[in-house]
Amino acid sequence: MSKLLDDLTKRAEAAIDKKAPFGENIDLRKYINPSERYEYVENLETLSEEEKERLMAVGIDTKAKQRSGSFIQHDTTVRHRDSTQEGVEVMGTAEALAKYDWMEEYWWKAVAVDQDKYTAHVQLHQNDGYFIRTLPGVKTTFPLQACLYLKEEQITQNVHNIIIAEEGSELHIITGCTTGPHVKEGIHLGVSEFFIKKGAKVSFTMIHGWNENVAVRPRTGIIIEEDGVFLSNYILLRRAHSLQMYPNAYLNGANATARFNSIIAVPEGSHVDGGARTYLRAPGAKAEIISRTISTGGTVISRGHMIGEVPGVKAHMECNGLILSEHGIVAAVPELEGRVADVEMSHEAAVGKIAKEEIEYLMARGLSEEEAKSTIIRGFLDVKIMGLPPHLENAIKKAVETGQQGFM
Amino acid sequence: MLELTDLKVEVSGKEILHGVNLTIDTAQTHVLFGPNGAGKTTLLMSIMGFPEYTVTGGRILFKEEDITHLPLHERARRGIGMSFQRPPTIKGLKTRQIIELSGRGGTDIDEIAGEVNLGYLLDRDVNDGFSGGEIKRSEMAQLIAQQPSFVLLDEPESGVDLENISLLGGAINKLLQKDMKRRRVNSCLIITHTGYILDYVEADVGHILLGGRISCSGNPREMLGHIKESGYEECAICPSC
Repeated sequence: MSKLLDDLTKRAEAAIDKKAPFGENIDLRKYINPSERYEYVENLETLSEEEKERLMAVGIDTKAKQRSGSFIQHDTTVRHRDSTQEGVEVMGTAEALAKYDWMEEYWWKAVAVDQDKYTAHVQLHQNDGYFIRTLPGVKTTFPLQACLYLKEEQITQNVHNIIIAEEGSELHIITGCTTGPHVKEGIHLGVSEFFIKKGAKVSFTMIHGWNENVAVRPRTGIIIEEDGVFLSNYILLRRAHSLQMYPNAYLNGANATARFNSIIAVPEGSHVDGGARTYLRAPGAKAEIISRTISTGGTVISRGHMIGEVPGVKAHMECNGLILSEHGIVAAVPELEGRVADVEMSHEAAVGKIAKEEIEYLMARGLSEEEAKSTIIRGFLDVKIMGLPPHLENAIKKAVETGQQGFM
Repeated sequence: MLELTDLKVEVSGKEILHGVNLTIDTAQTHVLFGPNGAGKTTLLMSIMGFPEYTVTGGRILFKEEDITHLPLHERARRGIGMSFQRPPTIKGLKTRQIIELSGRGGTDIDEIAGEVNLGYLLDRDVNDGFSGGEIKRSEMAQLIAQQPSFVLLDEPESGVDLENISLLGGAINKLLQKDMKRRRVNSCLIITHTGYILDYVEADVGHILLGGRISCSGNPREMLGHIKESGYEECAICPSC
C-alpha cells in the first residue's frame, strides 16, 4: 500500500494546479485545513439541537429509527459510525485503510487522483470520509445514513468515500451534506468511489443543504459489473455559491444499469453545474439521466453525456427546466455519443417558464394564480420520479417540501 | 342566473364577438350551435374569464353580480365551472390531486372516480397520454368535485365513443341535477357540433352563433334538425333571424 500511496501522492502533486473543465476555478489556498477535533458520540440524539436540526433538514434521522446504520463526520472528525445489521460495514475510510489490505484494489480506482486540482487536494489533505460495504447477498433492511458536515468557518473538508456492494447484495444509502448555520464560507471536496459487483443493487440518495458562500466539488466514479444496478438521486434546493460535479458511471458488465435523477433549485447567487456521464461498455447495459431544475434567479446547467461503446445498449436523457424569475438561467446540455451501430440512445430537453395554459387550467378549478403555480412546481419536483422505497420516499418528500418553502 | 348584454370580445386585437345577448335562467340547459370560427369557444372562454379574451364592450352578470372584469379563479369560486375540450397535460400532478383541488377538500375522490370510470387513472399525471374519452371523464370528475352551479361544456362528446357518451351524459345529468324536478338550480351552456349529447342530456333552449352574434334561438332539437338538413348557410339567410 505504501508504494501505491507514494505513487498517488506524486500524481496528486503534479495535478495540484490542474483546472477542472467545468465550473469556477476555485483558489483552494484561501481555505484552511481544519485542525479542531470533536468528541465521538454514541447516540446521535446527544448532538446539539442546532446540529440535529441541520441534519434533519437533509434527511438524516438522529433517532436513527428505520436506519441500518449511520455515519456522521464534522469537518475532519468522525463523530459517529455504527451498523445495526449484520453483513453491513460502516466506518471511516482511514479506519478501513488500516483494517483491510485489499483497500488498494479500490483506492482511486473509479476516480483518477489527478483528474483535477480538487481530487489532488483530497489525496494530499485527506480528512477521512465514509466506508460502506455490504457483504455478498446481504440486503439492507433500512437505508444507511451518512452526513458530511462543515462546522467551522473558511475550512476545506476533503473526504474520500468508498462504497462497495458485494455480489448479490442490496444497499440503500441516504446521505446529507450540510453546513453549520453560522458557516458563511467554506469548501467541500468529496471523492466517492462506488463498486457495484455482479447482481448487486445500490441506491444512493444525496440531499445537499449548503450555506450562501460555500463551494462544493464532488468527484464521483461508479463501476458497475454484470447485472449490477446503480440508482442515484440528487436533491439541492438551497443556495450554494458554486457547485460543480460530473460523476462518471462505467457500465462494464452485461445488463448493468445506471440511473441518475436530480431535482435542483437555484436561487439568486447560486451557480450549479451538474449532470452525469455514462459509459455503456457491455451488451444490455442501460442508462438513464433525468433532471428537473428550477431557477429563481441563479444559474443551473444540466449536463449529460452518454457514450454507447458496444452494440445492444440503451440510453435516455430528459432535462426539464423552469425559469421562475427574470434573471435566472437554466441550461440543458445533453450529449449522446454512439461509437457503434445498433445502439438506442435518445434525449429530450425543455426549458422555459410555467405554461400559461397549465396555470389557467387550475385557475378554472378555483385556484388563485399563486396556488396554481405552487401546485405545478410541486408536481414538477415530484420525488416519485426517483422510484424510492416508501419510507425513504417520505423522508425525501419532507426534505423537498421544506426546501420548497425557501423559494416558493 | 347568467345574463350577457351586448358582449364584445377581442382576441389578439381582433374582435370575435360583436355584441352577444344571452340570458340563461336558473335550472336551464342551453345549447350553442354554430360553424367553425363562429366564436363559440370564445364565448365560453369569455364567460369563464380567460385573460386573453378581452371584453371591450357590454357586461356579464352572474347571479346578479357584474363579473365582467372578475379574474378567472374568482368566477370559478362563485360557481362557474368548465369542461375543456383540449386541456393541458400537467406533469407530476396526479389526477387524484386535481380532483381533490377542484373540490377544495372534503371530496370522496374514489366515489367520484367510480361514477365516471376513472379509478385506474387516478395515479397518472393529469391528462398525460389520455384518450379522448379519458380526458372527458377526467374533466367531468373535476367538475363533479367542484360542484359548480353554472356549467360550461365545450363539445363534451368530441373524440368519445358511444359507450362513453352515455356515461358522460349520465354524469352531466347528475351535475345538472336533472333528477331533481323542483329543487333543481344548476344551469348549463353546451357547445355541440354533432348534437349526439342531446340524446342523453335534455336541453331547454338552443342558439345559433354566426359571425360573432347570436342569430337564432329556439327549440334545440328542431334547430339541430334544420342544421343537419340545410347546414348553416340557410341560417345566414333565414328570415326569422
